[in-house]
Amino acid sequence: MTVVPLAGPSSDVTPAQIRDEIGKDRLVAMYEQMLLIRRFEERCIQGARQKKIAGFLHLYIGQESIATGIFNHLDSATDYSVTSYRDHAQPLLLGVPARELMAELFGKVTGIVRGKGGSMHFFSKDKKFLGGHGIVGGQTPIGTGGAFACKYQNTGGVSVTFMGDGACGQGTFHESLNLASLWDLPAIYVIENNEYGMGTATARAISVEMIAESKAPGYNMDGYTMDGTCLYSCWKTAQTFVGKTRSESRPSLVEAKSVRFVGHSISDSQPYRSREAIASLRESRDCIAKVQADLIETDWASADDLDAIDAAVKQIVQDAWNYAEESPIPPVSDLMRHVFAEEDQL
Amino acid sequence: MSGADAKATAEKTTLAETQVVDLRTAIRQALTEEMLRDERVYVMGEEVAEYNGAYKVTKGMLDQFGPKRIIDTPITESGFAGLAIGSAMAGLRPVVEFMSWNFSFVAFDQIISNASKMHYMTGGMFQVPIVFRGPNGAGPRVSSQHSHSVEALYAHFPGLIVTSVCTPYDAKGILKTAIRSNNPVCFLENEMLYGFEQEIPTAEYLIPFGQADIKRPGDDCTIVAIGRCVHRALEAAEQLASEGIQCEIIDPRTIKPLDIDTIVTSVRKTNRLVVVEECHTFGGVSAEITHLVQERAFDDLDAPIGRVTQMECPLPYAENLESESIPNPRRICEAVRQACYR
Repeated sequence: MTVVPLAGPSSDVTPAQIRDEIGKDRLVAMYEQMLLIRRFEERCIQGARQKKIAGFLHLYIGQESIATGIFNHLDSATDYSVTSYRDHAQPLLLGVPARELMAELFGKVTGIVRGKGGSMHFFSKDKKFLGGHGIVGGQTPIGTGGAFACKYQNTGGVSVTFMGDGACGQGTFHESLNLASLWDLPAIYVIENNEYGMGTATARAISVEMIAESKAPGYNMDGYTMDGTCLYSCWKTAQTFVGKTRSESRPSLVEAKSVRFVGHSISDSQPYRSREAIASLRESRDCIAKVQADLIETDWASADDLDAIDAAVKQIVQDAWNYAEESPIPPVSDLMRHVFAEEDQL
Repeated sequence: MSGADAKATAEKTTLAETQVVDLRTAIRQALTEEMLRDERVYVMGEEVAEYNGAYKVTKGMLDQFGPKRIIDTPITESGFAGLAIGSAMAGLRPVVEFMSWNFSFVAFDQIISNASKMHYMTGGMFQVPIVFRGPNGAGPRVSSQHSHSVEALYAHFPGLIVTSVCTPYDAKGILKTAIRSNNPVCFLENEMLYGFEQEIPTAEYLIPFGQADIKRPGDDCTIVAIGRCVHRALEAAEQLASEGIQCEIIDPRTIKPLDIDTIVTSVRKTNRLVVVEECHTFGGVSAEITHLVQERAFDDLDAPIGRVTQMECPLPYAENLESESIPNPRRICEAVRQACYR
């Protein structure tokens, strides 16, 4: 499988044209971003096996191109983002230090939310990242609220809500789309269809195959489908829907047809698919391998260049790991801290 | 709410100028004053704008503030409650009206998983300054699904402030505090009290959270009553006074944080306590108050603590059954007599 034809306004563009539009420097930078997410999460698996990371751990491995393609059209000075519990990629793309994220996973006080959230609850106020949320579909009204605030304060910002395919069955998803369309909110909803809601195949849970394109007309908004395993498809489609939502203050609904190479969470033994099927996915639909091959083919990067990028990324992750290991656990006095915010308006 | 309350009001303000308002007007004044004070404050809910509010609380506010800040929603509680929470995280200060707190159950996940947990879960990074308000408790003759009393339910979850008011003075002062709070507040009103009138100060005032109010002083038995039950307790107290029992009636006003000190001080004086609320018996607010009082004033108690609550059944439609299930003056009198061994 190469690139699924893009549905919507960009459908007549070839992958090579998109690649050339992206250009060498930006493509190398995005490759580095995707690789950082991949290497960070591979290290997370190791951390979980060594019992340094506990609780649920939902990985984005195989889906890196979706958020990477989109965030390269966003500006964290004005734009909000929010996602589900599969939330490691967004803060990394926003430039939140990997060490603060790894420290969070280790349950340390130096973690991004002081060890109170863990894997599912990364947040960044500075970067307008409204967080990782644990209830399927629960974040869709939150992201809609980010879009409402952009419009209320006339900032020109947009708000991007990421969710899995499983969230599309939840009421909050439909209520959010209705409100965003009714009120002309600059809201973008990205369905990351990784083919399974935990162990239930999407076809067994959602009544239509092309989710965004089927449902968007029902809410009087634009629907897009992109190949979530192809950075070019994601970047180019995002260029269109981010631009349109920003300039017209109208919501967009996007489906990224994607795959995950790992289980729903670290504890998922994946009884619903075979090892061979997973190996075949990795062989044919790895978004990072595809870009890597293209960089070599176009001579935009040499094998040595790619090795150097990998080494640099691994160094960032190693630094994060060391920082997490060396950081102190939260003091017990933190237990009752932050239940209520301090009052400064009274 | 005559004597003691008017006296209390006079003590609370140095300004002599007063106005007589009903409870819905007091709430509207609080909303209006706070919206004029802070551009980030907006009101959102079903029928709040063009319809002027299902109970006319927001009457005229659309004309004054326009549709950007007085916002009619579709019937989509989970959607608009969650949207408002997201906007609060993004720097706004929404006041969300539930046409009835019964409908808040549709938005329960947003209130609990998102609003109540956010500040803690983000290590203090994100605040959720939001007020959820609307009528709570049994309406007249609307049966089971429209008659929930939610004080105990929402007070159970750390991170939420819960208030339950029964007079215009308290409603205005506490709602203004709620809107200025950096925390999510469940502000509980009562449909049957919207028309209740009281003389209140014309000048601005705020009432802090966690301060109970003694609605009637007395030496023989303490009654802690919540929301509309305060008025029923006052009615019962008149009857009991004629029997020679002087009740001290305490209105906590905020359920969480709870002013347990005022309650305990009163119990140390009267040595008897009856708690009256519209929540069901099991796990009600009265269960919590009972525990706190026995913990702090065990030796001061001369009788077991009495509880008058809504019965352990869904609220029925038939008039006689409904009035028997809701705490009424007769049941309050019986509980007080029992506490006084009379």
